[in-house]
Amino acid sequence: QYLCAKHEERRVRANDREYNEKFQYASNCIMTSKYNIVTFLPVNLFEQFQEVANTYFLFLLILQLIPQISSLSWFTTIVPLALVLSITAVKDATDDYFRHKSDNQVNNRQSQVLIRGSLQNEKWMNVRVGDIIKLENNQFVAADLLLLSSSEPHGLCYIETAELDGESNMKVRQSVSVTSALGDPNNLALFDGEVVCEPPNNKLDRFCGTLYWRDKKYTLTNQNMLLRGCVLRNTEACYGLVIFAGPDTKLMQNSGRTKFKRTSIDRLMNTLVLWIFGFLVCMGVILAVGNAVWEREVGSLFQSYLPWDPPVDNFLFSAFLSFWSYVIILNTVVPISLYVSVEVIRLGHSYFINWDQQMFCSQCNTPAEARTTTLNEELGQVEYIFSDKTGTLTQNIMSFNKCSINGKTYGTDPLDFTPFNPLADPNFCFYDDTLLESVKVGDTHTHKFFRLLSLCHTVMSEEKSEGELFYKAQSPDEGALVTAARNFGFVFRSRTPGTITTTEMGRPVTYTLLAILDFNNIRKRMSVIVRNPEGRICLYCKGADTVLLERLHPCNQELMNITSDHLNEYAADGLRTLALAYRDLSEDEWEAWSESHRCADKAASCREDRLAAAYEQIEQDMMLLGATAIEDKLQEGVPETIAVLSLANIKIWVLTGDKQETAVNIGYSCKMLTDDMTEVFIISGHTVQSVRQELGSVCLSLSLFSLQCPPPSPPPPPSNLMDNISGEFALVINGHSLAHALEADMETEFVSTACACKAVICCRVTPLQKAQVVELIKKHKKAVTLAIGDGANDVSMIKSAHIGVGISGQEGIQAVLASDYSFSQFRFLQRLLLVHGRWSYLRMCRFLCYFFYKNFAFTMVHFWFGFFCGFSAQTVYDQYFITLYNIVYTSLPVLAMGIFDQDVPDQRSLEYPKLYEPGQLNLLFNKREFFICIAQGIYTSVVLFFVPCAVLSNATQSTGVPLADYQTFAVTTATTLVIVVSVQIALDTGFWTVINHVFVWGSLGLYFTIMFALHSQTLFKIFPNQFHFVGSAQSTLLQPVVWLTIALATAICIVPVLAFRFLKVDLKPQLSDTVRHTQLVRQKKRKPVGRSVGGAWRGVGRVSEGRLGTRGSRRSGYAFAHQEGFGELITSGKNMRLSSLALANFASRHSSSWIDTLRRKKHSHAHTPPSASGESSPPLYRLPLLFLAGE
Amino acid sequence: MGKVKGKSGPLARRPDNSAFKQQRLPAWSPMLTATTVLPFFYLMALICMLLGVWLLLTVQSTQEIKLDYTEAGTCDMCFEKRKNVSNAAQICTCTVVFPIKKALKGDVFFYYGLQNFHQNLRRYMDSRDDAQMVGRKTNLKNPSSYCEPFMKDPNGLPIAPCGAVANSIFNDTFTLTYHGSSGPSIPVPLLRKGITWYTDKNVKYRNPKNDNMTLAQVFEGTARPLYWQKPVYELDLLDPTNNGFINDDLIIWMREAAFPNFKKLYGVLYRAKQPFTKGLPAGNYTINISYNFPVQYFRGRKEVVLTTLTWFGGQNHFLPIAYLVTSCLILLIAIILTVVWWKFGKNGKRLEE
Repeated sequence: QYLCAKHEERRVRANDREYNEKFQYASNCIMTSKYNIVTFLPVNLFEQFQEVANTYFLFLLILQLIPQISSLSWFTTIVPLALVLSITAVKDATDDYFRHKSDNQVNNRQSQVLIRGSLQNEKWMNVRVGDIIKLENNQFVAADLLLLSSSEPHGLCYIETAELDGESNMKVRQSVSVTSALGDPNNLALFDGEVVCEPPNNKLDRFCGTLYWRDKKYTLTNQNMLLRGCVLRNTEACYGLVIFAGPDTKLMQNSGRTKFKRTSIDRLMNTLVLWIFGFLVCMGVILAVGNAVWEREVGSLFQSYLPWDPPVDNFLFSAFLSFWSYVIILNTVVPISLYVSVEVIRLGHSYFINWDQQMFCSQCNTPAEARTTTLNEELGQVEYIFSDKTGTLTQNIMSFNKCSINGKTYGTDPLDFTPFNPLADPNFCFYDDTLLESVKVGDTHTHKFFRLLSLCHTVMSEEKSEGELFYKAQSPDEGALVTAARNFGFVFRSRTPGTITTTEMGRPVTYTLLAILDFNNIRKRMSVIVRNPEGRICLYCKGADTVLLERLHPCNQELMNITSDHLNEYAADGLRTLALAYRDLSEDEWEAWSESHRCADKAASCREDRLAAAYEQIEQDMMLLGATAIEDKLQEGVPETIAVLSLANIKIWVLTGDKQETAVNIGYSCKMLTDDMTEVFIISGHTVQSVRQELGSVCLSLSLFSLQCPPPSPPPPPSNLMDNISGEFALVINGHSLAHALEADMETEFVSTACACKAVICCRVTPLQKAQVVELIKKHKKAVTLAIGDGANDVSMIKSAHIGVGISGQEGIQAVLASDYSFSQFRFLQRLLLVHGRWSYLRMCRFLCYFFYKNFAFTMVHFWFGFFCGFSAQTVYDQYFITLYNIVYTSLPVLAMGIFDQDVPDQRSLEYPKLYEPGQLNLLFNKREFFICIAQGIYTSVVLFFVPCAVLSNATQSTGVPLADYQTFAVTTATTLVIVVSVQIALDTGFWTVINHVFVWGSLGLYFTIMFALHSQTLFKIFPNQFHFVGSAQSTLLQPVVWLTIALATAICIVPVLAFRFLKVDLKPQLSDTVRHTQLVRQKKRKPVGRSVGGAWRGVGRVSEGRLGTRGSRRSGYAFAHQEGFGELITSGKNMRLSSLALANFASRHSSSWIDTLRRKKHSHAHTPPSASGESSPPLYRLPLLFLAGE
Repeated sequence: MGKVKGKSGPLARRPDNSAFKQQRLPAWSPMLTATTVLPFFYLMALICMLLGVWLLLTVQSTQEIKLDYTEAGTCDMCFEKRKNVSNAAQICTCTVVFPIKKALKGDVFFYYGLQNFHQNLRRYMDSRDDAQMVGRKTNLKNPSSYCEPFMKDPNGLPIAPCGAVANSIFNDTFTLTYHGSSGPSIPVPLLRKGITWYTDKNVKYRNPKNDNMTLAQVFEGTARPLYWQKPVYELDLLDPTNNGFINDDLIIWMREAAFPNFKKLYGVLYRAKQPFTKGLPAGNYTINISYNFPVQYFRGRKEVVLTTLTWFGGQNHFLPIAYLVTSCLILLIAIILTVVWWKFGKNGKRLEE
């Protein structure tokens, strides 16, 4: 780093290692690992002691080494501390081992380096700055290179930057013209140019430098750079000069540490631990004051038997020491094993997520993955989900689903094309053989229909071998249409700037392409004008029905009506529609228009407008052919998942870069928006004023509605009117309006409005805005947010949400890398949240409650004993018991509960999404629950101390030996404690697996075994001073009176708890109790409950219904093209290769068998329970029980 | 389950379908229902009740006589004497007379009790060296530093047994005499051995190994504790095997009491001879006390306790009463729960339907 500061610039001379070595640039060896074998111990320990808890225990350890203070042996602290430290160390070491492994793997990749004129294979780590590297097709770029020359013309080369920025489309890079001439290695070996450029930085899209060669200067830009992490595509080979290597590369400079996310339970826990510290200090002070008083009143008189320690000369100093002694004794209220146990539990939950078969996607062979192990219980508290659309809700696969040709609609049964057409795309699927028939018999309209589809587009084709066609379409919709035509026998083969070659019904035809009237957002249509081999000129047009139907010849009226009906029908099915039309042109017409077009094209001013006018002129009096319907395929189970999640009171916001139409369309098809919603508000103002106005009117109508139709439940207080609106509203907001709405003065209004709506869709938002929206909700709602997305544009949102989920296996891996959880299907989200999240939250809460309880019960006994032992910091228990209590005797059962507990089975939590609510409301562990636990713990400690105290102080053994000796008392109390907390964990455990049994009984067994071992003669004979409890165990536990004491104390501790729990279940049963109860009783008959609970339920019943209402929301097509078409590029004939490559990404991506997906999707539409998702998808009709709980 | 074996194929990365990994382990999910909780409560109440009654009856059959002799009888003189430290070496004996109205039947145990004596102070309890008392020769001459300031005597000789506990040993001795309604006074024979824990006597406390040496020789080079009148090897002049660290009185004292008021066993009635074969007969008794242990410094009291035992020890009223009270409370709770469940319970009603 200091080098950069010293040299404001970097100098690299090609093929001159000696020169470059002067600067000591980083080598290409990367090291993401933190430790090596030597540094591991010190560095890791140093890191661990930066944690407050560990330092605290170290401080305690030091206190214990002071003999006047030490109330406990040093090992009572050091053993747990060492255990905790070593567990963490092992985890860190494992992590680092894998980092080493992946570093090694990357560092040992081979690359070809030009050394002394010849290419040699070198490991990546040995590549130096200034070397020239040869890259071949599909190779990863090893370092940041200056592109020198390429096998392609003009020094072009193509790269994919998915790993770098997540964008999976191809990008072109070009070398400086002087170097591109240096084609072969021999010339390159002599190249000695010197590059002067900026120091390493993390800006991916910027580079500035200068190449000095042969006394000339050449400016270098990002356009000349190949960055590490990119992959070379469609380029045979290229040569590059290493500019930045290893840690200096932009990829490594960008891989900063992600910010550490903490869960709300974590934060609560930290607060509570601080409170407990405060409590500890209070206890210490009370006991120290007690000690002062005692020493003054009694201790001073007792001095002949026990003089004060030499440094102590008065009772105050004694009290001061006693304070510290008690801090040591009572430190177990802040259990050292808390943090490590929490980590272990979370790790277990993460493994359960990784292991879940029902979150495994067999199509893409990807299991779910918990990439962070620290957020699991927050999954059970999510209130807002922010979802990307493309690739997350949808598969980004368009399928030609239905069509209407000349007033006849097609599209029902699957078809096999191969016998009919050898050029068919095997992945294409259509469902109506009558259409095929009509193609076969040669129906003119049908032929025209498909001819149009095969001609009117801007798709590029690539035919690698005969019959193996690849289409590269600018938008997936267009690709789907051309593919449809191809399969029905009208195969688009190739194009030149002036011609289009097709194969029509097996016969090759070449059309002359006269003009492309390209698409834009205003026209919402595109046309081509072609001359067929017979010489006839025809205009083919496809476009949004709204614009196209206006431009038809009047004689089409009847057909238009029928087609219009069909269009409505398609739109109601959530399909995207396009209308198709043609117009035969006479030679004269064409000539005339062509002239005017040329004029417009050459016009210096207002070219756009004049072109549009010219297009408008010819696109008139067209003959309607029909309409197409394209399905933007949703991912499997998306509507069901959204329904279940919204039943669980989770609000789903869709944040997409798509256009408003597309977004709304998807909103409808995934049932976020429904036609029976009260109103769908759209905010699309461009100015602050208009946005404010629109928001205001939304607010107004929201409040109006809530006044007119008060919800069935008791009316909400007016203050939070907005939170309690029961009607179903949806809000659609545009990116440019959002920019205004996110400004400081409007954001509160925006948040309250948006949160009152059931669904919110933000379209045309930038990645930054996505993150802003998430931050906004985090700030204003104090709710747990989850962001889910698949692309690089979702990274910011994923990082800023409490929980980020990446959809794997679609676009780049950027989103997954930034995410906390990743899986490959949106529908797994319901299982992640409702099953895993819910369980994690429940388990963590139960764990924490019990953990604080058991430590208070354990520790507070010392406090009570203080009043009897002159506040001298004498412990009640044997020091070994204190050491082992938390880490051996009571750790495993509570861990087992924390890892395995279930209140209701997983299917039930999906069936009753309401079960998710306690997590959102934070009911299971909050300050109140904490105090209840503490109170219970203190109560238990009172019983634990005073019952044995009262019994034993008078009791004797049956041999007459008094039982009131310290060791008997210690053993009795300890045994009672272990038994009481074991009974308590038994009560808390709701799901007794074998493991729980083993752990609970095992812990008890272990306690007795260890106690007998520690009190054995053998150990005493070796270390008489350490094991002076010899014989206490058998002497004590053989006494019936001891067992009667234990039984009595246990009963007194447990009975009130049991009674309270029973009352709670009986009087205020939680939904989970009810569900459990039902499970238990196995009530077969579920009575349907007539009364509806609230608006939240109304939409549900409808979800399973196949169709939407037909309240005239035809959502027309051409929503797909996000940018201008490529018409001009094609006709100009400029660099065909480049443009086709730029388009290349779409077709190549979905090479896998999505036909399976398609077929399954169809099936699942036909029969409601989708076979693929199996049990995981909840039958929505089993809801009546929810109503009981809602009351 | 249709799992593809091996590491290839589309399902290669599919997680195992084991019950453990899929969280489907067979499990028992207990639930607090009225049918389990209410009977449990009644049963608990019943069990506690029965235990309480049984224990109460048992306790009723025991007898206990407590006698605070701090200033009783002629001991007030000794009490005054002991107030002055300079008189510590002087012998003082006194007598306390007390009647036993009802004969104590069976084994009678004789305890001495101390009140307000804190054997449970941390530094007091630490002030001992178990290694020394188990007979380790190195520790005999080099006691643990925990024994400070009772580690070495002013001459620098190591103290055996060292530490505050041993130093403060209770050194009153008692002789009990029976004055029957007729006949002479009979000294009540007390067994003063075998009254310790077995492990204490046989494991925890051992004298240093003496190869043909007398105990006195073994302990040569050590000093007696400051407050002791006799060295450790002359604690029991009658029985040479009851000397050194294995002296019963020492062992009993060294077993520290948990609370400031405690009693420790002094002896058991030896029932071989008449009239004590059936216990202590009713009548008048006198205790002769060699009054050595000063308690006035710390406002303590001294007492003797005579008691008979049952299978679960001496007289202990707390346990049966606690059981009876608990039983009543549980019963009360059970009744309340039943009423609540019957009248208001949601589960109850739903079960009815």
